[in-house]
Amino acid sequence: MNAPQPLTRWPSPGSSRVPFWAYTDTALYQRELHAIFYGAHWNYVGLEVEIPNVGNYRLSHVGERQVIMVRDRVAPKDRGLDHGIRVVENRCAHRGVRFCQPSVNGAVANARSFVCPYHQWTYKLNGDLAGLPFKDGVKDGECTNGGMPADFDLQAHGLTKLRVAVLHGMVFATFSERAESLEDYLGPRLMPWLDRIFKGRKLVLLGTNRQRIPGNWKLMMENIKDPYHPGLLHTWFVTFGLWRADQKSRMVMDTHGRHAVMISRRNDGGANKSVTEGVTSFKADMALQDARLLDVVPEAWWTIDDPSHPGQTITPTVTMITLFPGLIIQQQVNSLSTRHIVPRGAGEFDFVWTHFGFEDDTPEMTQRRLRQANLFGPAGFVSADDGEVIELSQDGFAQAGEAGETLCELGGTGTEMTEHMVTETLIRSMYAYWRKVMAV
Amino acid sequence: MSIETLLLQHEVDRLNAAYAAALDERRFTDWPGFFAEQGSYRLQARENHDRGLPLCLMHLESRGMMQDRVYGITQTIYHAPYYTRHVLSPAQVTPETADVVAAQTHYAVFRTKPGDTSEVFNVGRYIDELVREGATLRLRSRRVVYDTEMVLNSLIYPI
Repeated sequence: MNAPQPLTRWPSPGSSRVPFWAYTDTALYQRELHAIFYGAHWNYVGLEVEIPNVGNYRLSHVGERQVIMVRDRVAPKDRGLDHGIRVVENRCAHRGVRFCQPSVNGAVANARSFVCPYHQWTYKLNGDLAGLPFKDGVKDGECTNGGMPADFDLQAHGLTKLRVAVLHGMVFATFSERAESLEDYLGPRLMPWLDRIFKGRKLVLLGTNRQRIPGNWKLMMENIKDPYHPGLLHTWFVTFGLWRADQKSRMVMDTHGRHAVMISRRNDGGANKSVTEGVTSFKADMALQDARLLDVVPEAWWTIDDPSHPGQTITPTVTMITLFPGLIIQQQVNSLSTRHIVPRGAGEFDFVWTHFGFEDDTPEMTQRRLRQANLFGPAGFVSADDGEVIELSQDGFAQAGEAGETLCELGGTGTEMTEHMVTETLIRSMYAYWRKVMAV
Repeated sequence: MSIETLLLQHEVDRLNAAYAAALDERRFTDWPGFFAEQGSYRLQARENHDRGLPLCLMHLESRGMMQDRVYGITQTIYHAPYYTRHVLSPAQVTPETADVVAAQTHYAVFRTKPGDTSEVFNVGRYIDELVREGATLRLRSRRVVYDTEMVLNSLIYPI
């Protein structure tokens, strides 16, 4: 064989085998930050409802960079054109201080302007440098001492501003001037599923849970692109029929394969030989002592016109949406959340869950959403399993070194959409895209 | 300070000591018994508590729900097991009014995975309402508000 050696060390063609170094290599991770998180991708930052009033801000992250999401003043003539949400990097243009602090004691953080305390450089809410002390020097009799150079340009020394796009109350930002519009970035196949949850609804914030997971950030995206595990790892899903392989399901992705929706409709659970026999997590005799934990009530918005079958409707009970690189949007029966992945090195990420409801929810529905939150998050009956398994995956990769690879070949090696969940196609499609972006 | 106040203080501290021992000794099935039948247990991040947002990490509204949690711990939630060690402050007790005792207690919980080092896992406070059932003091409501807003991966056992 005289074929030229490929310039990459990717071990096999396609994306059905992912080498362990994709999760552990620190130099590769630095490249990921630049090519993915700081590159031509849109990153979730937060919800508009978290900063309801002018001056309200919240600290968030794009990749490892801390950013300030703030509601700016908008002139009356611009209302309707300008959502007023700005995202700027939390790093003073003078000496690099990460100066902006979170609020304490329950207040929503609020500012009239941003002032770095070190040398009092002052910025407008949109990140423009408004002024700085001693710019024109300090008078001493006839002479003027110091001051910035005569050609110092305030406009060139603002905070780093990100491009911002707001979709249905979700705030996205990008450092990239090259990135396409958010709408194009998400693509028409994803949009109906975002519209289904959010369009025309006012969100109500229920609260935030945070967890630090010792695993590579991609493992969390994979976890929510992996319909294989939920009915096997998660007792609640297989036993109560919330997610398992005998349900009517669909795997949707954008044309690049980077975003996805796992769509399914719950069944009655119970035994079905082909999906429960020999499955140790299936508990045939399990019954809740307090059934209110799973008091599911269907909501009208669950039913939409089926984007794949014009003239028909579809009524999923669960849609798990992954928006590359770092956002998961969960609807699992009456529980709704955004889950934000904040990478912290190759082997660790923070996972920030923001649960929400809708303005027209009855008190009973709010209560129901809060009860069902017991299934999700860092202590969830279901989701705690995922954090644990991701940690143990990373442990396994680390001990194997360069040699090992994961195998994702359920349903073959292709990257097509499916009308069932017995497939790892969404993981393969994400890695096909990732390989392109990372040139590996 | 009256002898009644001292006795009440002592009673709440004894309850807390027994509660912590049950959890640290992994006698999870004993845990719901510290609560009244319709007692509630809410484990909540400080940021939500302080902002008046209702989301909890665990939101259990009856002994039955707590038993469901215990079943989850022992039967359904896959996790790497860990030991906990609760260190509690003396309770700050507000004297009994209308048959309800209010109390606050600070806690620190350390986590130790078998064979591994110990680390600070979760710190915060209990905000309690206690009621008498016969001779026994039980929790009508325990709200656990934790300062450690970033959970070290997953939190399996109650605090």
